[in-house]
Amino acid sequence: MLERLNEIEAAALEALESVKDDEALQAWRVAHVGRSAPIKMVYKEFGKLSKEERPAVGKRANEVKVALEAALTERAEAIKTAELARSLEEDHLDVTLPGRPVRHGGIHPATQTLRRILTILADMGFQVYTSREVESDEYNFQHLNFPVGHPAREMQDSFYVEGGKEDNPLLMRTHTSPGQIRAMREFAAESPENPPSIRISLPGMCYRYEQITSRSEIQFNQVEGLAVGENITFSDLKGTLNDFARRMFGQHARTRFRAQHFPFTEPSAEMDVECFLCEGEGCSVCKKSGWLEILGCGMVHPNVLQAGGYDPRRYTGFAFGMGPERQAMLRHNIKDIRYFWGNDARFLEQF
Amino acid sequence: MKLPVSWIKDYVNINISVEELASLLTLAGLEVEEIRYVGWAMPDYAAGEKHEFKTYGLSWDPEKLVVAEIREVKPHPDADRLVLCDLFDGKDQHLALTGAPNLLQYKDKGAFEKPLKVAFAKEGSEIYDGHKEGQVLTKLKRAKIRGIESYSMVCSEKELGISDEHEGIIFLDDDAPVGTPLADYMGDAVFSIDILPNNARNVNVLGIAREVAALTNKALKRIDKKPYETSGDAIAEKVKIEIAEPELNARFVLGLIRDVEIAPSPYLVQRRLRLAGIRPINNLVDATNYAMFEVGEPLHAFDYDVLVERAKGKEIVISTRTAEEGEKLTTLDNEERTLQASNVLVCDEAGALSIAGVMGGLESEVTEDTKNVLLEGAAWNFINIRRTANHHNLPSEASYRFSRGVHPALAEDGVKRGLYWMQKWANGKIAPDLVDNYPLPPSDPVVTVTEADVKRLLGVEISAEKIAELLTRLEFSTQVEGTSVSAATPPIRMDIGEGIVGVADVIEEIARLYGYDNIPETRIGDPLPPQIGNPVHDWEEKLRDQLATLALQETVNYRMTSPEAQERLGSQGEFVKLANPSTPEKAVLRRSLMASVLEVVEKNARLRDSLAFFEIGPVFVPNKADLPDEPRKLAIAMTGRRQPSAWDTSDAPVMDFYDLKGVTHAFLAGLGLKDIVYTPADTSTQPGAAFHPGKSAQVTVNGVVVGAFGELHPVAAEKYEFADTAVLAAEFDLETLRGVQPAYEITPVPAFPPMLEDIALIVDESLPAAKVEHLIRQTGGKMLADARLFDVYRGEQLGEGKKSLAYALTYQAPDRTLTDKEAAKIRKKIVKRLEYEVGAELRG
Repeated sequence: MLERLNEIEAAALEALESVKDDEALQAWRVAHVGRSAPIKMVYKEFGKLSKEERPAVGKRANEVKVALEAALTERAEAIKTAELARSLEEDHLDVTLPGRPVRHGGIHPATQTLRRILTILADMGFQVYTSREVESDEYNFQHLNFPVGHPAREMQDSFYVEGGKEDNPLLMRTHTSPGQIRAMREFAAESPENPPSIRISLPGMCYRYEQITSRSEIQFNQVEGLAVGENITFSDLKGTLNDFARRMFGQHARTRFRAQHFPFTEPSAEMDVECFLCEGEGCSVCKKSGWLEILGCGMVHPNVLQAGGYDPRRYTGFAFGMGPERQAMLRHNIKDIRYFWGNDARFLEQF
Repeated sequence: MKLPVSWIKDYVNINISVEELASLLTLAGLEVEEIRYVGWAMPDYAAGEKHEFKTYGLSWDPEKLVVAEIREVKPHPDADRLVLCDLFDGKDQHLALTGAPNLLQYKDKGAFEKPLKVAFAKEGSEIYDGHKEGQVLTKLKRAKIRGIESYSMVCSEKELGISDEHEGIIFLDDDAPVGTPLADYMGDAVFSIDILPNNARNVNVLGIAREVAALTNKALKRIDKKPYETSGDAIAEKVKIEIAEPELNARFVLGLIRDVEIAPSPYLVQRRLRLAGIRPINNLVDATNYAMFEVGEPLHAFDYDVLVERAKGKEIVISTRTAEEGEKLTTLDNEERTLQASNVLVCDEAGALSIAGVMGGLESEVTEDTKNVLLEGAAWNFINIRRTANHHNLPSEASYRFSRGVHPALAEDGVKRGLYWMQKWANGKIAPDLVDNYPLPPSDPVVTVTEADVKRLLGVEISAEKIAELLTRLEFSTQVEGTSVSAATPPIRMDIGEGIVGVADVIEEIARLYGYDNIPETRIGDPLPPQIGNPVHDWEEKLRDQLATLALQETVNYRMTSPEAQERLGSQGEFVKLANPSTPEKAVLRRSLMASVLEVVEKNARLRDSLAFFEIGPVFVPNKADLPDEPRKLAIAMTGRRQPSAWDTSDAPVMDFYDLKGVTHAFLAGLGLKDIVYTPADTSTQPGAAFHPGKSAQVTVNGVVVGAFGELHPVAAEKYEFADTAVLAAEFDLETLRGVQPAYEITPVPAFPPMLEDIALIVDESLPAAKVEHLIRQTGGKMLADARLFDVYRGEQLGEGKKSLAYALTYQAPDRTLTDKEAAKIRKKIVKRLEYEVGAELRG
């Protein structure tokens, strides 16, 4: 009987040698360790054995059974490993095929630039103040120290709107500055004898009657800043704008202040930032000058403070204004300002 | 304004480079926009000099381009139109070949007694090619022309980059020193200066020179106050001036010069005028322009004899008055002009002579035959001149200056300077005195500014002495008393105000000369005002982020549009109209934001197969009594495939109503809104017929209608050039939406496992799904955490007019795991309720 067990073991292990896949393995399992496998037959014949034979045969039969089951497990592992290796070998993609496109949303580049500017200004205590786009001559010009017939009005050709009065026509605001008057009046109304300090940013769409070209638009965003208080100076203006420039254009941004003229500020200045594309060497973007005109600024004109309800003998203030689209054009090398309101998907997708 | 730098140097002695000068002016508010070199050495950028200005032009090599004299003009043996110039350049003799037509007249005249002075270019010179269009650089090389060796040339203005003139060579003035480098003799650099409205006093050489002198702390060379000898009868015996309205004509000055000889001006004068952008005419006209450029006072020259004739033996009375409406005058450009009542005229007894400050009349202008000249210098109201010049579309050097404001004091200086040049160039005899009617001298403000004022505005301490010193450089008369300076405005400028405005004006001048660069940089010392924020703005920004997260692209459109473009969505009511639209396509302000966003869909229809846009902004609604209303809106538009096509999914599903509803709901839910109800849109209240009546919905939040959305009405859609997929759009009123209170509280995530179960219900086709869901939720009560519709089925076995709605139900208790029994009980209740209320049948 022991002899037979040896034969059973040897035959089974030999048969296992040729098992190469899962299917064969299953067949082998049924044949060699299954219910009617030879080893199981040995157990069935156990009763026929003599008392003396039984312990040795029983021990041996168990050994064979365990050995065969172990061989089966080992073989199964080997087959699985081989299968995996084969499938990894065979199963691969052309990774150079394009990914499936995703329609993704986005924020308009003009809004993105506005946000950047407003965030920096907000960090510096300038809170957003918004006001209307259709204005009266009074708010857009007269209160801002552009008297009727003033030459500076020619710098801001206007779109007029039907329905105004002859001495106070309606127009599309040419700058966000009428908001300065509206804000000052609103704040001053809180306490006319003792108006509070102001620190606001004024974003919004403005309009000028121009030829639409790659460089000029009839509609554009502007952001102004206004600080009014009993102790606001031109040196504060320089400090504030240099802080702004460092955050907007980089920590090493160099600026310069040039004398300028705006009817609503006195003294007035223009802040240039050293061209961040050529670092002052001169390129086509800065028109070979090394400097980029970034914003206009100045100390709020006494007549404007007065119009806003702030006594210019007691209060001073500064204001500045800039164009987000221009900044976006510089940053992204956009050559044509018409892209902004053209809303071509091929432009918008790039932001 | 174009200004040759050499001219500035006539009035102030400076030893800084052209670029340094440009930089100085630019920082002081006289922005040099570009520098054109005409002969002087350009900075060498290749050597690493930094660019500061847009620079162009031509430098003349001092070794190769020199003043020379032609001693004889000889014929070319083989060519009639060419001549050979016997020429001396100070060192060597040359034979220069040229075809200049203005030399032909000197051919065969033998050796000249008085040689012709010319600009001579030697071999190897770099100049512009005179025969090519535009400015093309060329290097003079040795060549044989018709058998004669040529290696040098005499130059035209075009070849030297002075002007486009190439009809002949330049004849220099007789005193031009032979052998001198041309760059030294007549080289220049021309600034283009942007003149700001407050800088009217500086539209002239003296003004700029005064600024340069002040900025560099150098002395300004002044024009001699008594520059010329006079002779003959005094002008006062011949001419009288009457001014009707001093408000429009504050001053009128006349001078007289007799026996002038008309001829071309000296070459150097012509060259300067050309560089300044003025065409030289003759020595009389050039004298008026030259003096205007120097002093800043536009002058007008009358032919005196014409006026004598018009006066018919009587005394000449020059008067100024406003025109009769419709009065006619032929101006010197030979145009008959119909005048407006606001136009101011210069007249004599016989009628109008010229449009004051804008353009002279034809009859009395100086001509080649003029012998005696009456020279006018006057002061006009700048607003009036601006209107007149604009109305007649007559921009001129004179109206440019007068419409910005010229100080009346300059009228006298200008006339004297004009007479001076006429005498010098045309040998006239100046009559003694001037006639001067000056009814309205301006009050030149005296401003008191203190050290404290300066500190208060600029944040920097400047002593009274320093303040006075700076202002004196700009010709203010100053007086220091303690810490206070009283500064009298010089009678050359009209931009300094009175009182506190004057203080600000004067402080700007102090700051300019002190240097903006020298003012320190400080943090604001004033306390930060209360921070109140801008909730409306912040909220709109949140909307933008929400919508972008939902794969929508923000657009920004023109607010100006046309009624036709807007009314493709049906009537929009009254528009806010522009009074002066730039084009009919931009004649009104939009009333429908949705129409704007749909235009973006139209524009991109062929570019992408999946489009989804939104815009946030105002629309404009007329308001008879007041400024228009500017309600803020949100509009959405979508069309095309749910996802852009890929290489293996070219037939991805196309978006329909439910895609937009999904976006809408996610967007509203994202705002924290809970009670959102969709009902079929009430087409009767919709503006026009924007939406498909069966495929659109109205959105109600907390019982308030906030907007509507749906598929476009086919009639509207047809008016656009869309692709052939359904176009979906939405519009929300933001003020209304903002008014709806969001719920910020969240529901906790359950700690116990949920029980999930699906049920399918057969109901009538006409029953809205929302009704079924409502009943399920209501009946399920607190233990029913969710009921999600996952399938809608129609089929034969359900029968005609029936549909099956399949829901995934989630049973959930907050404090324990529900048993099967409990769940079965809830389900039973739900089914029963539905059977009873809407005749639903549980599908087996």
